[in-house]
Amino acid sequence: MQQTLYDKLWNQHWVHSESAESNSMALIYIDRHLVHEVTSPQAFESLKLAGRKPWRLSSILAVADHNVPTTDRSHGIHDPISRLQVDTLDQNCDELGITEFKMNDLRQGIVHVIGPEQGATLPGMTVVCGDSHTSTHGAFGCLAFGIGTSEVEHVLATQCLLMKKSKVMNIAVEGELGFGVTAKDVALAIIGRIGTAGGTGYAIEFSGSAIRALSMEGRMTLCNMAIEAGARAGMVSVDEITIDYIKGRPFAPQGDLWDKAVAYWRTLRSDDDAIFDREIILDAAQIKPQVTWGTSPEMVTTIDGVVPDPAAENDEVKRHDMQQALKYMGLMANTPIQQIKLDKVFIGSCTNSRIEDLRAAANVIKGKHVAATIKLALVVPGSGLVKKQAEEEGLDRIFRAAGFEWREPGCSMCLAMNDDRLEAGERCASTSNRNFEGRQGPGGRTHLVSPAMAAAAAIAGHFVDVRKINN
Amino acid sequence: MEKFHALTGLVAPLDRANVDTDAIIPKQFLKSIKRSGFGQNLFDEWRYLEHGEPGMDPAQRRLNPDFVLNQPRFQGAQILLARANFGCGSSREHAPWSLQDYGFRVIIAPSFADIFFNNCFKIGLLPVILEAGTIDRLFEEVRSTTGYRLAVDLQQQTVVTPSNAVYKFEVDSFRKHCLLNGLDEIGLTLQHAEKIRQFELKRKAEQPWLFA
Repeated sequence: MQQTLYDKLWNQHWVHSESAESNSMALIYIDRHLVHEVTSPQAFESLKLAGRKPWRLSSILAVADHNVPTTDRSHGIHDPISRLQVDTLDQNCDELGITEFKMNDLRQGIVHVIGPEQGATLPGMTVVCGDSHTSTHGAFGCLAFGIGTSEVEHVLATQCLLMKKSKVMNIAVEGELGFGVTAKDVALAIIGRIGTAGGTGYAIEFSGSAIRALSMEGRMTLCNMAIEAGARAGMVSVDEITIDYIKGRPFAPQGDLWDKAVAYWRTLRSDDDAIFDREIILDAAQIKPQVTWGTSPEMVTTIDGVVPDPAAENDEVKRHDMQQALKYMGLMANTPIQQIKLDKVFIGSCTNSRIEDLRAAANVIKGKHVAATIKLALVVPGSGLVKKQAEEEGLDRIFRAAGFEWREPGCSMCLAMNDDRLEAGERCASTSNRNFEGRQGPGGRTHLVSPAMAAAAAIAGHFVDVRKINN
Repeated sequence: MEKFHALTGLVAPLDRANVDTDAIIPKQFLKSIKRSGFGQNLFDEWRYLEHGEPGMDPAQRRLNPDFVLNQPRFQGAQILLARANFGCGSSREHAPWSLQDYGFRVIIAPSFADIFFNNCFKIGLLPVILEAGTIDRLFEEVRSTTGYRLAVDLQQQTVVTPSNAVYKFEVDSFRKHCLLNGLDEIGLTLQHAEKIRQFELKRKAEQPWLFA
């Protein structure tokens, strides 16, 4: 029987089924449990109240990322509610002996950036976290998905989760991506095609020559946004690019174990004749830089496009949603995307805050300056180590010289749980993953783009086609 | 977990597709380290006229009269009628917590986002999937009938309207069993502790690098 990568990962972790039915709930073993401060306190509290202990401490890696300030941290967190949440994580980890990168540790950062960076995410693992963007880790040939707080407690207590097997969708992107077109544009183009519920009930495998050509960081960006297409998990099979990325990282195996691991990892790909429940093929050459115009990631068009007209939509519910989105976004139908003026620019988030993202943005702004109409342009590296590397490469100087603020690592303005946010009515070009109402601050208006597109928009003050500027 | 058997309750309609978890419970309220008290901030941005922050007294805030849950006829609703892809976005269990804390016991929609759907079962909030055509009909009925109530029976897997139209829904047999009996899933899983230990030993022997 030919198997998909998902089938292989499922079978490798299957412990028990609740009944003999083929689609029964099954107990699945979890190899890596990532923990952050927002979705864990209630789980630790219930665990304690029930008199239980974590099943396997070595599977857990914790970090605070959502609430941490991106400005000077030497005096701690000034918001008492945010501080309590971070302190609670610190206390829980200290008490139970869980490995945690604390706020002032150089290795601190966004949980989905530090897992791979540390080699704590390895091929063939099941990886969970109380965070929907856990799909990111599927880039390594993992089964990785977000869970709720009750499930965080379940994994702490049992090292397993009760779950149903998903259907599997193969999205093949074939050919070569054009100049200036990135993994972010591929992700948004896919969501535009299948919709934010297109992947509901599925795990998505991304395949095809354009995906094979992506770096690990590009693959992480793509898998990160699988959840925005409705799929709990996204994944890419293992190849030399995967293996090269992992080698030498702190948590990665070494010596004989490395060789043994690599031999196994090379089997982590869908068999040639594996059957998928749904297959979609995209032509890489047709994908252009993408910009969202509405309040859902599926409300997306290309940089040479216009804001769509609800009057042209036949479906009544959709038309109503489009009208509501345009009202919230303060946009008129048929406005060319390149005429949309911006107030703020955010480069960061678990989608786009890695070194290659920062290099791509720096490359666009080098020697230029942020437009006078831009109130704030922010770069928030994904981790302390990304920040350090960027500084070693001189990227911070390029950003600062161009008028960007260079900040400390964290989730920051992706969801504005710390002080970084949009004010009501402000419009932002953002490299994050969600453009929901109020996501970046109440009344804030978010347009999702790639790092290069965000950088180009910061310089121009409005969206521009990154393919047509110099460099 | 709260048990769920059957309920006949007042229905409130939320006529919007893709209602995301940021809309259900905005991020500033996720800073709480407690599991309760989220109901007063359910749909906060839509429900109140000005922006809300943790610690505000809801009695002192101005309600948005246009928001459906603020209309007098929907006070005390226990069933939320919703549109496609309800609960999309983040994995925050605060979303089902806030719906439950507000007083909802059942959400009926043509489809749900996966993580939200799963989270609901963990706390005893029942998500019911009915066909889009049926949902359209229910929206029409709830709009035209004040005091519109539906009877939801988990044992029978039925939703029954005031005019006795009966709609069957699917639910996984294990989840149904847990919900009917209010079972602690962790306790159930720990009944298989020996199996998990055996699995772990085998895995450690085959892939020792995972246990370093």
